[in-house]
Amino acid sequence: MADRINRLGLEVTPYRGGKTTLCAGCGHNAISERIIDAFFELGVDPRQVVKLSGIGCSSKSPAYFLGASHGFNSVHGRMPSVGTGAMLANRKLLAIGVSGDGDTGAIGIGQFVHLMRRNVPLIYIIEDNGCYGLTKGQFSPTADVGSVLKNGIVNDLTPIDSCALAIQLGASFVARSFSGDKRQLLSILKASLSHRGTALIDVISPCVTFNDHEGSTKSYAYAKDHDEPVDEVSFVPYFEDISIDYEPGTTTEVRMHDGSRLYLKKVAEDYDPTDKLDAIRVIHETARRGEFATGVLYIEPDKDDFVTLLNVVDEPLATLPLERVRPGREALEEIMESLR
Amino acid sequence: MARIVNDFSIQVATVNGSGSQTANLVLLRSIFQMGVPVSGKNMFPSNIAGLPTWYTIRANKEGYVGRKKEIDFLVAMNVETAREDVLSLEAGAAALYDEPLKLNALRSDLTLYPVPFDKLVAEVCKDAKLRRLVKNMIYDGVLSKLLGIELAQMEHALRKQLGKKTKAIELNLAALHAGFAYAEQNLTKRDPYCIERMDKTAGMILVEGNAAAALGAMMAGVTVVAWYPITPSSSLPETLISYMRKYRIDKETGKATFAIVQAEDEIAAIGMVIGAAWAGARAMTSTSGPGISLMSEFAGLAYYAEVPTVVFDIQRVGPSTGLPTRTAQGDILTAAMLSHGDTKHILLIPASVEECYTMAMDAFDLAERFQTLVLVLSDLDLAMNTWMSTPFRYPDAPIDRGKLLDAATLKRLGGWGRYQDVDGDGIPYRTIPGDGMPPYFTRGSGHNEKGQYSERPDDYVNNMERLARKFETARQYVPKPEVLDAPGADIGIIGFGTSHWAIEESRDQLERETAMRAGYLRLRAYPFTEELTAFVQRYPRIYVVEQNRDAQMLNLMRLELPPAQIAKLRSVLHFNGLPIDARSVTDEILIQEGRKERSAVRTSVSAALAAGGE
Repeated sequence: MADRINRLGLEVTPYRGGKTTLCAGCGHNAISERIIDAFFELGVDPRQVVKLSGIGCSSKSPAYFLGASHGFNSVHGRMPSVGTGAMLANRKLLAIGVSGDGDTGAIGIGQFVHLMRRNVPLIYIIEDNGCYGLTKGQFSPTADVGSVLKNGIVNDLTPIDSCALAIQLGASFVARSFSGDKRQLLSILKASLSHRGTALIDVISPCVTFNDHEGSTKSYAYAKDHDEPVDEVSFVPYFEDISIDYEPGTTTEVRMHDGSRLYLKKVAEDYDPTDKLDAIRVIHETARRGEFATGVLYIEPDKDDFVTLLNVVDEPLATLPLERVRPGREALEEIMESLR
Repeated sequence: MARIVNDFSIQVATVNGSGSQTANLVLLRSIFQMGVPVSGKNMFPSNIAGLPTWYTIRANKEGYVGRKKEIDFLVAMNVETAREDVLSLEAGAAALYDEPLKLNALRSDLTLYPVPFDKLVAEVCKDAKLRRLVKNMIYDGVLSKLLGIELAQMEHALRKQLGKKTKAIELNLAALHAGFAYAEQNLTKRDPYCIERMDKTAGMILVEGNAAAALGAMMAGVTVVAWYPITPSSSLPETLISYMRKYRIDKETGKATFAIVQAEDEIAAIGMVIGAAWAGARAMTSTSGPGISLMSEFAGLAYYAEVPTVVFDIQRVGPSTGLPTRTAQGDILTAAMLSHGDTKHILLIPASVEECYTMAMDAFDLAERFQTLVLVLSDLDLAMNTWMSTPFRYPDAPIDRGKLLDAATLKRLGGWGRYQDVDGDGIPYRTIPGDGMPPYFTRGSGHNEKGQYSERPDDYVNNMERLARKFETARQYVPKPEVLDAPGADIGIIGFGTSHWAIEESRDQLERETAMRAGYLRLRAYPFTEELTAFVQRYPRIYVVEQNRDAQMLNLMRLELPPAQIAKLRSVLHFNGLPIDARSVTDEILIQEGRKERSAVRTSVSAALAAGGE
């Protein structure tokens, strides 16, 4: 493996990060591994990537992948605003934000909502374990009704379904996966790299220390039994000339903004992942059965992203030369004249 | 009766939302056009329409533009407040009022002019729906005649104010003329107040502080702005949007060299600014007290993770919601130490619209030079009122982007750590994403010189001490105070921001009325500079004038001054929501100097009301 080289001529080393300080067996570590694989295999230039996070176990993880990229571990629940600012400053960057179910669903729900509305170009990963790890196991807003804490406390509040909420809010790429499903998660991550707006990926990522017991609906055992892939995800990057044959009616082919292709082969459900109502229906119907739908649940590849909507110049705002950002003397004189 | 020329105040009392702003600005502008120094202060309610509002215009031949405590000429248009407005006037004042209000019975020591506004407006405006909006122009016409403000100047100001709205200009001109004609035919001048031409405003501009700050931000090359609406800050970003749309669109592509976002709240606004600044943009937000409170956590991040961040705090009154449309200097301590843990921030404190413009540019340079949060502490009086100024100068200096690591520096240093103090000034080198320089991991948690996570006691202490060293370096870079010495005087006055205008006038009052001279130091920034201690050293007693209850600036000074200097400090405080006035400053200093009895000073409108029998 050591001599494996990607299309940029880079080894995997710059895609790796520092040694994880999370618990052994934590789902988040598996997600970090898949992020490393996806960015390496697709040959993304790590110097153009920014890693962003809020606060919590999940939010520590950007330190454990893409060591050759700038990273920003900001404040609790506010990663969306920091990421929005970074992408406005430099639209050439590729932003990957990592959040948790508390960081997103509780303290950060407001910023989550508005990031989805704006379709900011950013990959938003929720490492979803239904509990607060760093503060020792309290419920988060994605915990299911009837889920039990180690100390016996039962959750009786309705969970927030981040994916259904995101679709309703106008998100343009919404997926759900399980940290234990290497293949599906890798395909989804690769597809998200080609998406132009916000790509939301909710990943069920069990907490081995506080939420992996019987009675938890976010444990490894429960997730393995109740993961219900709605489609089989295949991603063909724009620089690869591979043709995939499929029988009409079995697969949705999506052409991504950069020319890559995404094939979503129907598995469990007969529905159209480019139809909002269909996607929301499938999510809720699956949940009613006690299962969780995984795969690319909804995609709208051509929706304008926020930077495009703001009609910002093509070059990064951050590095525009002074003569382009300071109007000339005649402009100031004209303004002074209007104030006389 | 002796005439009082170019030295009086006019107060117009109307109902919010009745369109009086046009009439008031025309009045202000026509006096300005006659070369007479003038200032306008809007005292308005937190309301869209219906509550009382007062607009005060002061003409002053000496150039004093602070609020004048006494009202000399009242225009009483508001039924709700007319009685109180008239009762609170000083004897000898004049008042113009709507005839049906029958205010003539209230006082015999005033000059009262009744005007039948509804009758006059009905004659010039056939459309009953529009009458409410042009009615106010009638008092401009009456004042033109009574006070000697040239009618041609009023017409000129009206055209300037209304621009291309031909129909509105026509209707308002008719109302203006009707008022003038009524006064000419029915009113005999019995008060002493007059405006006469001078040449003290030639070449000057009239502008609000928020517009000036917006202009400064544009000239500073701001590229990312995120904000959330709040009074009295909103007009800053809104004016900025209009300037940027006109002057910052790329000619070839038609695209914007900026991004301005109305965020979902103040927390998101400063979050976007920090994200953008971290990625290398010049970024800012603007807010007021409640927004500052919300931004507190992020302020600590900007300080500790060292991200250049510019925040305009347009101060308003009070804790909590307070008085949203009234002015104060009440955020000094909050701003200086915004956020938990050990934090301190650079503050810039403009006193004039010109300083709103220059300090907006200074703020970005200092934020990038020191890689930290810089707050510009304006206030409602400065931000939303109209001020005279000499025209702003084009910035000749290039912008200072601070210590950005480049290949040559990296080679010279032979290595790099994000938080290493290689120059001994506490300021490290930074890199920005996509610049090809070494990456680093930014975090609000404990970190060492390399930016790596650390909870080691020595790493924490080293970093905090370096941050303190950086703050010390900032003393050499922030705008220095403006000092006017009075050699041999017993007292010195320290002020800042808009208190300046009252202090400037108060010093003259003290000298004229009691032959008391006072040195003066106007603070323009925090951290304080050596000029402050030198000034305190020179005078036996120091009066710190500020517009808050708790003597916040004085208490900030206590943290740094030696005990012998602290013992010299006394407070002059003004915090009723109205802009501070010279008379209040003068009286308070005289009382504390033992030269005046407190009971001899009429302190408020309520005292006048009590005297009037309420």
